[in-house]
Amino acid sequence: MSSSTYYVPEQSRWPILASIALFLLAYGAGTLMNALSAEQGGGVGLVLLLAGALMMGLIMIGWFGNVIHESRGGLYSEQMDRSFRWGMSWFIFSEIMFFAAFFGALFYVRVLAVPWLGGEGDKGVSQMLWPEFTAQWPLFNPPDAERFPGPAAVISPWHIPLLNTCLLVTSSFTLTLAHKALLKDELMQVRRWMFLTIVLGLIFLGFQIYEYMEAYQELGLTLQAGIYGATFFILTGFHGLHVTLGTLMLIIILGRVVLGHFDSRQHFGFEAVAWYWHFVDVVWIGLFLFVYVI
Amino acid sequence: MSTLDTTLHADEHAHHGPAKGLGRWLFTTNHKDIGSMYLWFSLLMFFIGGCMALMIRAELFQPGLQLVEPGFFNQMTTMHGLIMVFGAVMPAFVGLANWMVPMMIGAPDMALPRMNNWSFWILPFAFAMLISTLFMDGGAPNFGWTFYAPLSTTYAPPSVTYFIFAVHMMGISSIMGAINIIATILNMRAPGMTMMKLPLFCWTWLITAFLLIAVMPVLAGVVTMMLMDIHFGTSFFDAGGGGDPVLFQHVFWFFGHPEVYIMILPAFGIISQIIPTFARKRLFGYASMVYATASIAILSFLVWAHHMFTVGLPLVGELFFMFATMLIAVPTGVKVFNWVATMFRGSMTFETPMLFAIAFVVLFTIGGFSGLMLAIAPVDFQYHDTYFVVAHFHYVLVPGAVFAIMAGVYYWLPKWTGHMLNERMGKLHFWVSFIGVNITFFPMHFIGLAGMPRRIPDYALQFADFNMVASIGAFIFGLSQLIFLWNVIACVRGGQKAEARAWEGAEGLEWEVPSPAPYHTFATPPRLPESLQ
Repeated sequence: MSSSTYYVPEQSRWPILASIALFLLAYGAGTLMNALSAEQGGGVGLVLLLAGALMMGLIMIGWFGNVIHESRGGLYSEQMDRSFRWGMSWFIFSEIMFFAAFFGALFYVRVLAVPWLGGEGDKGVSQMLWPEFTAQWPLFNPPDAERFPGPAAVISPWHIPLLNTCLLVTSSFTLTLAHKALLKDELMQVRRWMFLTIVLGLIFLGFQIYEYMEAYQELGLTLQAGIYGATFFILTGFHGLHVTLGTLMLIIILGRVVLGHFDSRQHFGFEAVAWYWHFVDVVWIGLFLFVYVI
Repeated sequence: MSTLDTTLHADEHAHHGPAKGLGRWLFTTNHKDIGSMYLWFSLLMFFIGGCMALMIRAELFQPGLQLVEPGFFNQMTTMHGLIMVFGAVMPAFVGLANWMVPMMIGAPDMALPRMNNWSFWILPFAFAMLISTLFMDGGAPNFGWTFYAPLSTTYAPPSVTYFIFAVHMMGISSIMGAINIIATILNMRAPGMTMMKLPLFCWTWLITAFLLIAVMPVLAGVVTMMLMDIHFGTSFFDAGGGGDPVLFQHVFWFFGHPEVYIMILPAFGIISQIIPTFARKRLFGYASMVYATASIAILSFLVWAHHMFTVGLPLVGELFFMFATMLIAVPTGVKVFNWVATMFRGSMTFETPMLFAIAFVVLFTIGGFSGLMLAIAPVDFQYHDTYFVVAHFHYVLVPGAVFAIMAGVYYWLPKWTGHMLNERMGKLHFWVSFIGVNITFFPMHFIGLAGMPRRIPDYALQFADFNMVASIGAFIFGLSQLIFLWNVIACVRGGQKAEARAWEGAEGLEWEVPSPAPYHTFATPPRLPESLQ
């Protein structure tokens, strides 16, 4: 298709269906959480949540299938390709800002809030709330230990987290090798490197689950363990969710490589997922430094 | 080309008119349809939020508790704010962008048309969920639109969970809408439409979209932390676990302050389109307008704690945020200067859009000045959480953002409908609104300075007179919006035929295409008109 005419897709059922699915997801999640907090069973909320999730899954398959079909049909111009690239880039920027909110919370608590509670600095007057409290980080002794029993210990950065850092950084390299191979149209090599990337991602996730179990069962490091547990789990938890999503997307892209959807000229889907994977990797390095090491 | 092409019929479709029936609106990928839906949705929310405002003003008509329970009063102030910010003002601007940006830059449609439809259709569901909380046990959110912890966590009604998910949905919608606008402006411009030829409305929206993508995820982050505190036992905003309720305010206002500019920068863009048209002069200082907009956007990330001067910040924080805030007056002053300079020695006429635009310049400036007063930390200790703050932000939002939206609607209605507006009715709407808005909000400055706190259903007797005046003004302003509704409907249904260039002095690509604009504006990239070459 020449770039001097424009392609505007025809009417689509996916957006309205996706809106309904999102509503079911949100309404179901809200109902479920309220029921659980009020110590009633899951019931309606759980059903709505699962229905929404199932519907959203099917819609994603259908909608992306639609786009792939059009792309394979040669309907997309270079301009369309650039629109997709801008779209993905800004989406990743929005994700960076999402993590920035949690990193900001971590820094605020460590640098200002906890020292102030311990009586230091400009606002040290807040120590009057709990005069016996002494500030430390990691915070093993939250001021109100009855409601927030502190952790007995925290995860050592030099065991699983260091290993996980190596795994994720390596996976970024293997994915880049896959990209290089794709640019040379060596599809067997692409498959090999992508497979390795996915395996590395899965091992990372396995270790992460193991680490969480250890934190909960042996260290008493839980969501309720005060601000250290809260920041630890929200940062590593959302990162873990992103790795899960990234791995899923890599698996889909590997499937598309096997189906022969990509060549050295046209492979935006591959690149978008690769960008996402590198972003997840960079977030991990921030986590490793600021959550585990320092 | 592959054989698949025969099954896709893309080219044929491009020349079709709209589809029939309800399906046209549910499944559409057309930027004009989606723009219209955004605008109608926004108008509906404007009336719902407006009714809540009138309930508030009715209760405040006299001191003492007359009409509503204090708890319900709190729900009204909260829902009024949320609905107006997220349901009325923001979708109206997105609607205007949907209609106008592709036409202004010579694009066939938005860059990602299906996602565009999704951005819109999330909103009715999100607001259905938010408004449904009014009927839940424990009532709707009652902690103010700023939902400070622990009011919104420890002491919140159970409906807060739905509020959180509704905010998530609005965030998803806004981020996708913003991505679409950025991709459209950066990638879909007609040949020769360089960045420094872009109409100012596109420039301000480009920068607004950047702000949206930067801060809506932070809002998502802060409501997620609330959700964790409420349901999963974390202590982000609970000092007992080492967290800090003030942390909530920091993260919220890191979103909230850029959000303020999200609601005003597109308004600047609209005004910068309208004033040159009716002054019949080019916009004075185009480049400085672009740089001023960008400066405001960048500064907006560095001033958030001026909302928190009384919360107990370290002195160095108070000083930094005070001076950074005052700096914003500089680029804003550049803008006001340029609008006035554009009008200077212009061949001015005063059709309805221009009246709203001039009122915007004057009244927004009043709101800007009271903002400058609030920026001074030591005096803010007196003004904080009083009606002075309410007066300030209503001056920038109602005769600011809302007047700009109305100016834009009146300005572009001929392009959308093919009919000219009934000028007499337009002017009537303007004058009643203008008088009503000032009677409502100007006295709030006085009662605020005298110490009347915001979000309180009852007040001391010395505030009675001005409150009564404000309530009368509110009903004048509220009812005058029925004239607006009448005007829009009348213009859609008929009226004097509009030419392609509906206003004599109007310049730009959107005025080169017929009125009403065809369903698909450009099938191939257009040539730029003389004035843009």
